[in-house]
Amino acid sequence: MQRNPGYWRLLVGLLLAVMVCATVHAETDDTAFAEQVAALNARSFDDKADAARAIASSGHPRATTILQALLDSSLYFRVIEGDVVLAEATDDGFALTDPVTGEAAGAATQYEVRRVVINNAIRGEVRDLLARSGLTSDDPSVRREAVRQLLDNPDPAIAEQIGGLIDEEPRADIRRDMALVLGLSRLQSEAAADRLLALDSLRGSLADRVRNEVRTLANDDPDPAVRAEAAQMLAGIEERRELWGFAEQVFFGLSMGSVLMLAAFGLAITFGVMGVINMAHGELIMLGAYTTYVVQQLMPNHIEYSVLVAIPAAFLVAGSFGVAIERGIIRFLYGRPLETLLATFGLSLILQQLVRTVFSPLNRRVSTPDWMAGSIEVNAAFSLTLNRLYVIAFALLVFLGLMAIFKRTTLGLRVRAVSQNRAMARAVGVSSARIDALTFGLGAGVAGLAGVALSQLTNVGPNLGQGYIIDSFLVVVFGGVGNLWGTLVGGLSLGVLNKFLEPQTGAVLAKVLVLVFIILFIQKRPQGLFPQRGRAAAEG
Amino acid sequence: MINLNMLRRRMVTTAAAGALALSGLAGGNAVAQDDPIKVGVLHSLSGTMAISETALKETIEMLVEQQNEEGGLLGRELETVVVDPASDWPRFAEQARQLLEDDEVDVVFGTWTSVSRKSVLPVFEELNGLLFYPVQYEGEESSENVFYLGAAPNQQAIPAVDYLMDEVGVERWALLGTDYVYPRTTNKILEQYLMDHGVAAEDIMINYTPFGHSDWQSIVSEVREFGSQGKKTAVVSTINGDANVPFYTELGNQGVSASDIPVVAFSVGEQELAGIDAEPLVGHLAAWNYFMSAPTRENLEFIQAWHEFKGDTDAVTNDPMEAHYIGFNMWVEAVRRAGTTDVDAVKEAIIGVTVPNLTGGFATMMPNHHATKPVMIGEIQPDGQFAVVWETAGEVAGDAWSDYLPESANIIASWREPLLCGNYNVETGECSGQNYGD
Repeated sequence: MQRNPGYWRLLVGLLLAVMVCATVHAETDDTAFAEQVAALNARSFDDKADAARAIASSGHPRATTILQALLDSSLYFRVIEGDVVLAEATDDGFALTDPVTGEAAGAATQYEVRRVVINNAIRGEVRDLLARSGLTSDDPSVRREAVRQLLDNPDPAIAEQIGGLIDEEPRADIRRDMALVLGLSRLQSEAAADRLLALDSLRGSLADRVRNEVRTLANDDPDPAVRAEAAQMLAGIEERRELWGFAEQVFFGLSMGSVLMLAAFGLAITFGVMGVINMAHGELIMLGAYTTYVVQQLMPNHIEYSVLVAIPAAFLVAGSFGVAIERGIIRFLYGRPLETLLATFGLSLILQQLVRTVFSPLNRRVSTPDWMAGSIEVNAAFSLTLNRLYVIAFALLVFLGLMAIFKRTTLGLRVRAVSQNRAMARAVGVSSARIDALTFGLGAGVAGLAGVALSQLTNVGPNLGQGYIIDSFLVVVFGGVGNLWGTLVGGLSLGVLNKFLEPQTGAVLAKVLVLVFIILFIQKRPQGLFPQRGRAAAEG
Repeated sequence: MINLNMLRRRMVTTAAAGALALSGLAGGNAVAQDDPIKVGVLHSLSGTMAISETALKETIEMLVEQQNEEGGLLGRELETVVVDPASDWPRFAEQARQLLEDDEVDVVFGTWTSVSRKSVLPVFEELNGLLFYPVQYEGEESSENVFYLGAAPNQQAIPAVDYLMDEVGVERWALLGTDYVYPRTTNKILEQYLMDHGVAAEDIMINYTPFGHSDWQSIVSEVREFGSQGKKTAVVSTINGDANVPFYTELGNQGVSASDIPVVAFSVGEQELAGIDAEPLVGHLAAWNYFMSAPTRENLEFIQAWHEFKGDTDAVTNDPMEAHYIGFNMWVEAVRRAGTTDVDAVKEAIIGVTVPNLTGGFATMMPNHHATKPVMIGEIQPDGQFAVVWETAGEVAGDAWSDYLPESANIIASWREPLLCGNYNVETGECSGQNYGD
């Protein structure tokens, strides 16, 4: 960025402005343009950057398409002929397009073409070049992106171009961003009064560059009035950013807590309600994540919906594993916690190795649907990442669903009956063996649901579950065994606690401190946050 | 004086060991001739490290197979002896002992993490075995029995920082790492190196996370804030293995692109990227001595052989695999020169052995048991491959003891006469031989 001399930028800007006005449609020369396109495949990155700039200033109607292709890595060159082509992946190689004419140029195998390689400097430069032409786009989202991109670019030519466009801009939010660019450039004005005016126009913005420029003024401006004004504004910005930073930490904590609580719900049922120490709980989560992977493999053209399909699928897969585990192992071990612990621990190793053998020890790639990627920007200092928001919502839904099952269905009633007094429940005709299997299956199925959520946040690999088993037990014990509310509150509060400790102590120490806190808490209050009341608690 | 005595004692023991080994060979010569040469493979095939180490075990199997097709070595067949230490560090030491004592292997290729290497080191020194270590590591070590084919910090971290400083113009540095010995030592070296180059302490941020860390929200947000102060910022990542995927995903979700804050990673290669959607990572960097995209004939042949061996045309190759390729060929050449697989003879013959690497250059074994390697910076491409954007003019010799740490600046290693020492202090003239423990 900094290496280009300013006059070059000015020239490009002016040329673009000319092109933008569109009154003079330059007579385009395809031969010269083709040469510039070929130069994109030059040996040195400097030559490539020169070529990109030349293309942007050529005014050729295909210029934007080519630069965009360069940015999207869809610009290739043919290894033998050496010419640059646009390539789109097909089933057996690439379909080629002539970059200059836009006509189809045959096909190529993956060995016949190579990508035109660019580096970060060129990528940034091309983005800026494209943003300048994007300023006049008819699509408001393109215009908004263009202004955003140019916000960090201190080139006066850009401010000039935007100054010419701001009055015609119909969208208020884009006008606001444009005013920021203008304000920032006016901060460099000669007259102190102009700088004060510019400062005033920037009031209310929390953007990084505004903060940095205001800070520079507060420290170095020759005029004391400007310095004082800037210093006062800087204090305001810092204060508000800190406030939003606090909000951000709460969000991070809730999001971490929602993951903890999702992972722990299944355990809250198997351990909390049934009293089974299931060390293979993490592996049931892992099975849910692998189910998401398999579902995506089965419907490669509908990645957008695959996660939605994976939710019931993972519940069923993990749930049936759970029923099989209960029927095959655990029912012989009721009342023998040590044996259960060892047997399920062995089972967890078996499941891990099974996945390693079936799928390979390597992590599997689970794609994130587009609607889950990115973030909602509240303001320049605070944005909510979408995948985390969805996971929080999903965790709450699972919680409500489980509450409904336990409070409103016959199954829930019987589960509660068996867990409170097995003999009595059997006496009134509840098949306790069937209920045991179904309860364990329900817990396992919920673990599978957690796996779907985790597949969007972390690696899908054989070790996925190991990382969550300890945390899940902590949450359940902390929240109070046998109580879903406890799991909810326990998970969220541990998440928030962790995230508030982390910036001060670092991630490693934060984990240790949380653990120490739980140990002390359990010493003081062994029954957890929300103790189970009644007969079962007394017996237990 | 002490030093001379030590040297003498060392030479006597070496001579005695050599004589013993020779007599052993002579005695069983007629039988031994047809016995296969045993190549031990000490890589985790289960547990957390299986993700990285399985491919290395297969690489050695492939190289042994190729060598046998070419008629073996010294007229004898090669045979691999594979054990699985299951990502369990003490188990590495047990299995190393088993390989050397029970299986009587002639050479071992293996280990990945520094802690597993440190755990087998005493075993190899006690039983006089040969270990070829294929992974980039923190340096500060040179054992008589170990050959370090991965990059030392001056062959990876320092050139990468040079590139960011000189070519990209980075002024603020976030050093992020997993909490164990390799990132901690590397970051200590880098911090000193940056300060020596005039970077102020407040422009360096250091952060460690546990193994397999998956919740990167606050750290990425901290890095974003750190990088928003108007100076060009880069992240130097020694984050290990799995934790990288959620880290990069979080970067993408919080809108940090490679043009804003590039991340240069020392532990992310083709293998790791195979498990991720690489699209949001385009432009982030990695520093290695080999990239699968290297356009040389040797590399294409290697990839083709690998695809055939795996029966999978999508299988990727990476830097530690090349290190095994170089190490294996060096060992073969040394055995050929020595005319025997005897450990002491091979140890002596291998210094100075030069073999081609896969990127069009050559690797030479230096007297400090490190190899010469080219250093390349690659940018991640949408298909999970790297495009080389910068490389050193030639090969760089590995420095066992970093010059940027005060405690090791005066230390050198040379396993050639007359020094024969892995930890020689040039100032005091003493050889401590210290490689492990404290």
